[in-house]
Amino acid sequence: MEYFLQQLINGLTLGAIYGLIAIGYTMVYGIIGMINFAHGEIYMIGAFISFIAFLVLGAIGVTWVPLALAIVLVVAMLFTSVYGWTVERLAYRPLRGSFRLAPLISAIGMSIFLQNYVQLLQGARVKPLQPIVTGGFVIMEGGGFSVYLSYLQIIIIVVTTVLMAMFWAILSRTSFGRAQRACQQDRTMAGLVGVNVDRTISLTFVAGAALAAVAGLMVTLHYGVIDFFIGFLAGLKAFTAAVLGGIGSLPGAMLGGVLIGLIEAFWSAYFDVEYKDVAAFGILILVLVFKPTGLLGRPEIEKV
Amino acid sequence: MSARAGSPDFPGILRDSGLVALVALFLAFPLVGFHTIDQGGGAGMGIETRFPWVVVAVAAAFVGRFLQLALLRTHAPVAVERSLSRLGEVFQRNTVWIAAAAITFAIVLPMLPFADRRLVDLATLVLTYVMLGWGLNIVVGLAGLLDLGYVAFYAVGAYSFALFALHFDFTFWMALPIAGLFAAAFGVLLGFPVLRLRGDYLAIVTLGFGEIIRIILLNWYPVTRGPNGISDIPRPSFFGLEFTRRPAEGEVAFHEFFGLEYSGLHRIVFLYYLILALALITNLFTLRIRRLPIGRAWEALREDEIACRTLGINPTNTKLSAFAIGAMFGGFAGSFFAARQGFVSPESFTFVESALILAVVVLGGMGSQVGVVIAAIILVGLPEWFRDLQEYRMLVFGGAMVAIMVWRPRGLIAHRDPTVRLGVPQRPEPSA
Repeated sequence: MEYFLQQLINGLTLGAIYGLIAIGYTMVYGIIGMINFAHGEIYMIGAFISFIAFLVLGAIGVTWVPLALAIVLVVAMLFTSVYGWTVERLAYRPLRGSFRLAPLISAIGMSIFLQNYVQLLQGARVKPLQPIVTGGFVIMEGGGFSVYLSYLQIIIIVVTTVLMAMFWAILSRTSFGRAQRACQQDRTMAGLVGVNVDRTISLTFVAGAALAAVAGLMVTLHYGVIDFFIGFLAGLKAFTAAVLGGIGSLPGAMLGGVLIGLIEAFWSAYFDVEYKDVAAFGILILVLVFKPTGLLGRPEIEKV
Repeated sequence: MSARAGSPDFPGILRDSGLVALVALFLAFPLVGFHTIDQGGGAGMGIETRFPWVVVAVAAAFVGRFLQLALLRTHAPVAVERSLSRLGEVFQRNTVWIAAAAITFAIVLPMLPFADRRLVDLATLVLTYVMLGWGLNIVVGLAGLLDLGYVAFYAVGAYSFALFALHFDFTFWMALPIAGLFAAAFGVLLGFPVLRLRGDYLAIVTLGFGEIIRIILLNWYPVTRGPNGISDIPRPSFFGLEFTRRPAEGEVAFHEFFGLEYSGLHRIVFLYYLILALALITNLFTLRIRRLPIGRAWEALREDEIACRTLGINPTNTKLSAFAIGAMFGGFAGSFFAARQGFVSPESFTFVESALILAVVVLGGMGSQVGVVIAAIILVGLPEWFRDLQEYRMLVFGGAMVAIMVWRPRGLIAHRDPTVRLGVPQRPEPSA
């Protein structure tokens, strides 16, 4: 029971991170119907920018942890969203209206490019970061096993929840949110009634990248090591989460993220840890085969 | 673009370039401007600044954008576009001659005076990718299914030969058809459930499948020996004649049979001809099957699935056949790879490899056989030759994938008339 509870906490933490990345996939898919393959790389860049920001803050002597965290959060979101914007502008916008696979191939190229760009600039070695948020408390003890909840896990879950709520409010209350939803339904029509479609799409990428940057920051704190290759697997899993929850649906992305996080945590705990990625991909395949619309997605209507 | 035709609008251009430079500043500042350094000895990570690089990057962005707007505008790209299109047309008109010349060149290559061991080895490598490209072309180019896990079938082919050789003493020639069959079986296994999915879902699922295969190869230690890989895979023989200096008791070696002096080059040249033959078989197969109903169905399905369904083509079965046949050629190439290296390990079958093969197909122009050869030479041959630039290879190659999609989504020298045309033959529209 205690062990189970501990895995539940670990899984939720992991799931919150996946959920943040999955939102980027799901929103982009909802609005332009393409898989933003480079989104995992955006997340990786977010992690690197956070990492560098921590080192810079350490070097100039900002050591009060809450302040450092807040600064890094803002810095990472700001710079990463410029990357998100640029990727859309360079690699996807010129291809709107091109044949179906073109944006996807371009996205794969972008992903390879960004990976190697970071590798060349920052080196291929794994980068360790000294723990910044330490400590925690035991919430339950029994059977020689104590359930431990670290402050970091609390921060991750709280920040994620707050961000998602904020994002949800933006999408449902603001004019950008209205435009975004209008473009999801019908881009041409939205354009005809005066929505600036290009700007809306750009902003969608910016928002997705900002959330991915937060995920990158969380991972940097959580694992304490990053390298240029982390975007690939995390991106795949977040995409799985988006599909599992129903691609195009925002609550679906969060739900899918949490589910994938839980599955991964429990699989590692009770089965072979080497095969935890296989479990995630297996689920992706099963979901696509048996319920392609995902848990909360709407069925896609094919028009001739 | 604010510049009108005629006189360039300089204030507009300057403003635009300024914006680009600002974006470049934001992009470059965190990742170019700072460099993390490992201080070693438990001191943790240190950081150093590289601000001159940022200045260079920003200036390059400004100047680049300025030149692009002020000088090139639209004229030069159109001219290049037109000449590439014409090149594609010329290629297509004279396919037979070009193909004949290329094949002749490929056949005499090992006999040419400058053909040393390194060159033949390199040519063998390039041909392996040509074959993989042609195999994947059946799936991506003809059937229009984006397969990001092609390397999985390559791996299945390589490992089935390795394992059969290890456990049952199979030779290359016995294992070759089995490797192809296994790979095709895996193709069916994967394809059957997922082929009814939309194109981009299919891409992700195949990607996931490629990773699953790699993870299994890495972790299923008792069978695959994990990361250590399988070594001592037997080399292929020439109709039972081994390429060894001293053959086993009762066997005849190649050089003894033909009364030649022993030379290590014999085997290399033989492997070269072997992959040449395998690649040409793949090509011939593709060219012929394109004219069969099934090949026509593939191409029709790529263009419009709904129309195909109304015409009574079963999309799942048709796609499945393309998937399985593509996988089979991947398997053949895989067992050749195992035979050539004499060693297989999961490291050779990463996603980057899949992306490389896909890039060979895409950059050459999807569906174009000649394009695959040219792209393989550019993407595989050149980087191997200029080893010093290895670091930048993947960077350039990702960038090139984006640039080519943006600029010529149908591939560099893509120009292909439809296989069948109704009515009076007319000049095809230039591909957009």
